[in-house]
Amino acid sequence: MKQQMDNGLKTRVLILVVAMLSLIISACGAQPSAPAEATTAPVEATAAPEEPAAAEPTSAPADAEKFVFGMVLVGPINDGGWSQAHYDAAKYVEANTPNSEFVYVDKVNPADRPNIKVEQVVDELVAKGAKLVITNSDDFKDGTREAAKAHPDVTFVHISGDDVVTGKAPANLGNEMGRMEYGKMIAGCAAALQSADGKIAFVGPLINDETRRLADSAYLGAKYCWTKVRGADAAALKFNVTWIGFWFNIPGVTLDPTKVVNDAFTEGYDVIISGIDTPEAIVEAGKAQAAGKKVYALPYDYKDACAKGEAACLGVPYFNWVPTYSKLIADVKGGTWKQAWIWNAPDWKDINNVTTSPVGFIKGAALTAENATKLDSFIAELAGGLNLWTGPINLQDGTSYLADGLVADDKQVWYMPQLLEGMEGQSASK
Amino acid sequence: MNNLRLARAPLIAILVALLMTTIVLATTDAEAISAFTVMFSGALTSPSRVADMVMLAAPLLLCAAGLSISFAAGQYNLGIEGQMTVGGVISMAVLRQYADGGNVAVYWIIALLAGALAGAAWAGVVALLKQYTRVSEIFVGLGLNFVALGFSLYMVFGPWKRPGVASMSGTEPLPDSLWLPVIGTTRVTLITPLVAVIVLALFWFLLRATQWGLEVRASGLSQPASRRLGVPAVRRMIQAMLVCGAAAGLAGALQVLGVYHALVPNLASGIGFMGLLVALLINADIRFVAPLVLLFAVLTAGSIQLPLSLSIDSSISGVFQGFLVLAMIVARAFISIKERA
Repeated sequence: MKQQMDNGLKTRVLILVVAMLSLIISACGAQPSAPAEATTAPVEATAAPEEPAAAEPTSAPADAEKFVFGMVLVGPINDGGWSQAHYDAAKYVEANTPNSEFVYVDKVNPADRPNIKVEQVVDELVAKGAKLVITNSDDFKDGTREAAKAHPDVTFVHISGDDVVTGKAPANLGNEMGRMEYGKMIAGCAAALQSADGKIAFVGPLINDETRRLADSAYLGAKYCWTKVRGADAAALKFNVTWIGFWFNIPGVTLDPTKVVNDAFTEGYDVIISGIDTPEAIVEAGKAQAAGKKVYALPYDYKDACAKGEAACLGVPYFNWVPTYSKLIADVKGGTWKQAWIWNAPDWKDINNVTTSPVGFIKGAALTAENATKLDSFIAELAGGLNLWTGPINLQDGTSYLADGLVADDKQVWYMPQLLEGMEGQSASK
Repeated sequence: MNNLRLARAPLIAILVALLMTTIVLATTDAEAISAFTVMFSGALTSPSRVADMVMLAAPLLLCAAGLSISFAAGQYNLGIEGQMTVGGVISMAVLRQYADGGNVAVYWIIALLAGALAGAAWAGVVALLKQYTRVSEIFVGLGLNFVALGFSLYMVFGPWKRPGVASMSGTEPLPDSLWLPVIGTTRVTLITPLVAVIVLALFWFLLRATQWGLEVRASGLSQPASRRLGVPAVRRMIQAMLVCGAAAGLAGALQVLGVYHALVPNLASGIGFMGLLVALLINADIRFVAPLVLLFAVLTAGSIQLPLSLSIDSSISGVFQGFLVLAMIVARAFISIKERA
């Protein structure tokens, strides 16, 4: 992260001046306001005169039968990435669950909503009658824990968190995540199949256990298809990881993903795998394609992400939160919810089944028919039990991660300490 | 200038701001009346909402009170965000020394004092550069804001990062025992608003009832004139900046102790700039600081309900605040032009 800090003084001057201006004329910075449907409009804020912590039933004037579930989202609901995937799934579940209501606050991050804490937002959602509150960012870990302690009658689920594993979670807080590792393996395979010379660039967010294991997964998928399917030499595969510093571009604080992607093209990388929440990689690849370059990208998070650069898209690994949320709502409603740390695998019968598969992969238009067939058989191999987390695997510094023949367990993968041997890029933020 | 006629300015400003915001609201489906209702009263509808509003008002009060002193001395302290940030970082440095079993109250006091001192020192750099190199305090202050932000980002992502992970959510939280105690189940700590109110009273007294305050105001009106009358104008200006910086640094320390319980990347989070808006709105008159700070805190805290109850973006409350300040400045200028004519 520090390395990213250094480049930014000039742009940081800009961002603060802009921050100040936007405080004065925040109209200009305002996102198009939340979707037009004002479903919750009649529920006046003034209807909750009591302490929200103790007032869930009375403050929801709607009929007592209605099940309200709330969500705290880190990005805007229309980001074309991580947050939109959560929002779309919640709307889908709301539409398909009779007598349910979805309430949310998006853009809960220090840039968009200074002085607003997760706990405050949760209070508001609970005041709306939410019995289940889902928070969707790693950065909400502390806030979700505090909110859960403050509202013991409400069930909390922190997506991507591990408080249940670390034992810090109060009894009403659970964790869920999708096994995107498979999605990334498929993305890595697609990249290795289509790259002319095996030069793949991975654009990552900040460095933590999650992002390391996802980058590593993409590399394992790429290496497998490069060596086993294409029969090429492992040493000839170049896999470079650049961390921009956060999940999306913050001018002056992170590296600019648009520039990172174009630099990678200039340096001869012809496939970009995106690990960030916003679509710069596919947008820039689309532009480069239109300009006659043979370059490709694999966006992330959101199933329609290819639309931003169809001609350059090899496919997109995406989260589908519909099965997770349907089950959560049914469990909380039925009183059968149990605290757990859950890591949901794809439904291998059909990874793109909206009601059953938490993780999917949609092939892009730029993937050749021949490579599409090869990719399908790779997916079939994964479905059949192929486990790429099988030793021997070495970490980037040369130490052994898995000895020959050993298979990594969930904790080993979840708490991934480094990039893997053969990958270029930083393993830790120093 | 006639005081009676000048009193029309706030009324005109409020009407203009309401009108302009209504026009902006017309672009949404929401009714302006309901939006204003939520904005003006949303923060007051439950104890925990009032608590959050108070916790926002307290640091804002400190900043606005400090600014009314630096403005009185004729100094535009735009570096207030940086002073608040540095106050937070230094208080965090103190609090990190705490080990289980230590005397909590001692750490609180040292952390708050250290924060205030750090804020004052940061403002002191601005004041000294202004007096001895003639660089505008506006630019030095803004520049030092970036330095302070960079400093706090460096600490969050570097030396003080969470084990193995640098997180936008800040450093690992302080041990619970160090958190300022809250009232009931709310998030309001008694100490935070108490400190803010005491500081406001102190500043009020200093500015309007002491020789020192008179001299500060005199040097703000005219440095050469006050110097000729025997007032140490340069020293008073520097002192006014130091006092303002101390208030901002104290606000930063209180944010660490009472709100975030950690050092977060965006500690000042626009509170200092909002304090500037308040100061501009009231011509830095310390008598009006408390009511206007309350208004801004109510508007800001209530705005979080807008997306939930009306599907309007909460930044509309910032639009209103911005229009209010702008309309006030224009109205004041307009009236004083008419006076002169």
